[in-house]
Order: sequence, then C-alpha cells, then structure tokens
Amino acid sequence: MELTEKKFKMPGNIRRRKLVNSVMIILCVIAGIITILPLLYIFFYTTKSGITSLNLDFFINMPKPVGEEGGGMANAIVGSIILIGIGSLIGIPVGVMSGIYISEYSKNITAFIIKFVTDILSGIPSIIIGIFAYGLIVINMQRFSALAGGFALGILMIPTITKVTEEMLKLVPQSIREASLALGVSRWKTVLRIALTTASSGIITGILLAIARAAGETAPLLFTAFGNSFWQTEIDQPIAALPLQIFAYAISPYEDWHRQAWAGAFVLILLVFVINLIVRFVTRNKFSGNQ
Amino acid sequence: MQESDIKISEEISTKEIRSKRKPGDIFFENLTLLFALLLIGLVLFIAIEIYGDSAESIEHFGFSFIFSSDWNPVTEKFGALAFIYGTIVSSILALLISLPVSIGVAVFLSEIVHKSVRTPVSFLVEILAAIPSIIYGFWGIYVLAPFMASTVQPALSSLFGFLPLFQGPIFGTGMLTASLILAIMITPIISSITRDVLKAIPVSQREAAYALGATRWEAIKMALLNARSGILGGAVLGLGRAIGETMAVTMVIGNKAQIKASLFEPAYSMASVIANEFAEASGSLHISSLIEIGLLLFGVTFIVNTFARILIYSVTRKT
Repeated sequence: MELTEKKFKMPGNIRRRKLVNSVMIILCVIAGIITILPLLYIFFYTTKSGITSLNLDFFINMPKPVGEEGGGMANAIVGSIILIGIGSLIGIPVGVMSGIYISEYSKNITAFIIKFVTDILSGIPSIIIGIFAYGLIVINMQRFSALAGGFALGILMIPTITKVTEEMLKLVPQSIREASLALGVSRWKTVLRIALTTASSGIITGILLAIARAAGETAPLLFTAFGNSFWQTEIDQPIAALPLQIFAYAISPYEDWHRQAWAGAFVLILLVFVINLIVRFVTRNKFSGNQ
Repeated sequence: MQESDIKISEEISTKEIRSKRKPGDIFFENLTLLFALLLIGLVLFIAIEIYGDSAESIEHFGFSFIFSSDWNPVTEKFGALAFIYGTIVSSILALLISLPVSIGVAVFLSEIVHKSVRTPVSFLVEILAAIPSIIYGFWGIYVLAPFMASTVQPALSSLFGFLPLFQGPIFGTGMLTASLILAIMITPIISSITRDVLKAIPVSQREAAYALGATRWEAIKMALLNARSGILGGAVLGLGRAIGETMAVTMVIGNKAQIKASLFEPAYSMASVIANEFAEASGSLHISSLIEIGLLLFGVTFIVNTFARILIYSVTRKT
C-alpha cells in the first residue's frame, strides 16, 4: 500500500478520503464499545452488589423490618410467579392464536392490519396498560388485586408472542403442510399438529422472552397489583411482586434494604440473561444465515 | 413462492372441496380470527377506556390543561405543561445522544466486524434491551447520578458554564441524567432497526461503490443514505420508547414539576407523575387529571409509533 501511494503520488483528495475513512471506522468501533460499556457495568455492579446478599434467606424468608437479619423476598417471588401465571393465561392464547391467524389464514391486507396493530400495542407505554387495567378491574372490584396486575402483564405479553408465532410459522416449509393435506388431514389439524408442532420450539422461546419482559415490568403493577408486605396468594387481593419490592427498597433510605434490592435486581438480570441465552441457543440454527 | 402455493391450494378448495370443508376447519379458522379481532378490539378499547376516564378532567380544564404548569392537588388545580416539557426535553435529548452512537454500533456490527465478534456483541446489545427499566433506574440513582455529580456535571459546567444549559446547582439527578439513562435504554432499539434496514439495502450497491474506487466508509455512507428513511423510522421508534419510559426516569429525573433552562435542574415527566401519584391520589379530579396525562401520552406515542412504522415498512418491504 505504502508503495503504491508513493508510486502514483496520491493527490490530497484521496489522502483526505482515506483519512475520513479511518476516522469514521474508528468512530464506529468506539460507538460499539460505548454501547457495551454500560451493559457490562450494570451487569457487574448488580452482580457484585447483589450476590453478597443473595442467600437462601432471600428466597424463603418474608421481608423483615430494618435492622433484623435474614429478611427475604419470598412473598414477592411467589407474587411475581402468580402474576406471570395470570398474565400467561391471557397473553399466550391471544398471542398464539392471532399469530396463527396472521400466518395461516389472513390475506395480505388483513395480515398487514393485524401486524400493524400488534406493533402499535407493543409501542403503548406499559404504564398506560396499568391505567387501563386500573380502570377496567381495580375500579370495578373496588380494590387492588393480583388479577388486575396479571391482566396488565398479559396484555404486555401479547405483541411479543403474536410476532414470534407468526414468524416461526412462516419458517415452516409449505411442502410439509401440503404433504399433510394430501394425506387427507383437514386444514385445522394440519395447522395444529404439523405447522404448530414444527414451530413449537421457536414459539416457546418467544413465550419465554415475553415472560422475561413481564417479570421485570414495574410501572403497570404500581396501581394494579399494588404490592403487599405480607404472605398473600389470593388473586382478588393486593399482591407483592419482585420488581415492586425492588423499587420500594431502592428508594428507601436504608442500606440493608438497598442490599436486598440489589439481590432482587441480580435475580431479575440473571433471569433475563439465561432466557436470552436459551433463545439464542434454540434459534441459532434457524437464523444462522442472517445473524 | 409461498403465496402462490397458498393461492393454488385455495383455488382447489373453492372449486372442489368447498362442500367438503369440515366444520372443524370453519370453527378453527373463525376462532383464530376471533383472537386476532380481539387484539384490534383491545387497542381500541384501551383508547376508549382512557378517554372515558379522563372525561372529568377534560371537561373541567379544557385546553388550559396543556398550557398551564400549575399542578396542585390541594387546591385541585391541574396543568400538565411542566410534565410535557420534561418528557419532550428528556426524550429528544436522549435521541440526540443515542442516534449517532446507535448508527455507529449498527455499522460496526453489520459492516465492519467479523462474524466471530458480531455474534457475541449483538447478543450483548440484545440483552441491553431486555434489562428491566427498574434496574436501569436503580443503577442510575446509585452509580450514574453520583458519577454525574462528581465528574461529568462539574466538567460541563466549567467548560460550557457560560450557556444557561449547564448552570445551576449540581445534584447528580435531573434532566441530563434522565436523558443519559434513556439514551442507554433506546440505543439497542435504534441500532437493531438500523441493522435491519442496512440488511435490506442490496450488497450489490456497496460492491458497485467499491468497484468505482470508493473507500469503505464511502460505500457505507451510501448505504446509510439509501437507508435513511428506515433509520429515521428507527430513531422515531426509539423516541416513542423514551417518551413512555417510566421507572428509570422516575428514579433519576428528580421529580420536581418545574420548567428550567438548566439541564442540571430536577424535572418531572408525564409517565413519572402517573407512577408517583396515581396510587395515592385521593380526589377524583386528581385521578382523572393523571389519566388525562396518560391519554396525552397514549396519543403522542400512537402518532410517533405509526409514523415510525410507516418509515420502516417503506424500506424493509422493498426486499
């Protein structure tokens, strides 16, 4: 390269272009680094602060007053599981069925409309979904409840599941469906037994992603599930949730509670990380061409 | 390919097997249709419900709700201007910080690095998008805000202190810190859309540029220019996310309803005031006013997201 530059006596214009080229490439590399940096910082800081207070007590004990040793978040963990359970009962059927409709039955225009609405739904701020659940359920029941919180989480899960179901069904080769139809199997059985079964691992990872997202949602639970410092598993009562407990402890003035909040944050990050890792692993072969 | 296959099978079914269509088929197709319609109905229902619940506030204050910054639950005077200001300024600032970085990281991942680097880095960026916002907020209070107070804000104030933007007391929390957290949170969204859009620009264009003697950056620049409406769509989508972001902002913005020129000053956002006051609101006018803020938030994010999707479809549908 050096040689050719000297040989042809590169004009300043080219030298400038090459300089711009190197500068811009370096800037892009720097952009890559500063994007990853906060992630690594958050991840290691949460791990460092959380892992010291993460012990068995955290999972099996109830919250304790400041100063008492061995407080945990057992009620919040169970609360989160209940809320996600209710959310899944709403989010999974609606998401999967509408995904099936888009992929298997809809014409171009209806598919476009439903996909567009799904995109809009995924763009609605989660706190608005909280207000919606408040107006629909909390006001009518006259109290905060696990049902209202789970309902809000369920709505938030729908768009992810719809999208993944549709995309995964699209990946199932048409020839498999035709083979099934040719054998005299009815269309709906073909969709359920052949297409859906073939796509199931992908759809399940999508559901896991939706659950990971729902597990960390705080805003829609503030005035639906509301939180609860006692052991509570009835769905028509206010219920504790892990992110709510983290929030309450994080903004408290007590060091001890901060440590527990970090432990909770660590559990959430770990959940997100593991689920994403599973998703990567499962979908790796399917998308290896374009990732 | 796939479509024509479907068409053929449908033609056959309409001509010959129509009479044989099993009740199970009709039932299942309509069942999936029902769920799809449920999805559309849900979005409409959310809009109607929130509009209905904010009726009291709309009637009571009219347009002055948007133009007044007087928010006082005791005297029952509610005006959302300070919150609207906080949301707009923090989101736009976040976008300005995030956009160049997002485009840079997208180019870095899709055009520069080898696959062995790309795969783990893009995985990490994906994780960044999946971390719950409560954790960003928590990290923001205890790590970013002290760092801003000790290092970044004094530096900005000594360098650019002549600008009103960087004057005033240094708390660590405030508008600037909130914008920075938002910028970190929306970068994965914008960069992943930018990558998708770049992928939709044919490689042959870049190859043609190389063949004409273009440098690598010049070829990339051409691809970026061709993808600009899609990138803009990604940016607008990120903006929509920033506008609706609640927990992280609530924890670092300072939660003080005021309109100040300085970015160091605490501020308040629309989503934050709902998060902080909703559960404790007593009067029905107070609740209704908070829901009206939610209605405004819904309207703005709806418009912003629709605009973003149209821009993104316009690029990615060509392939």
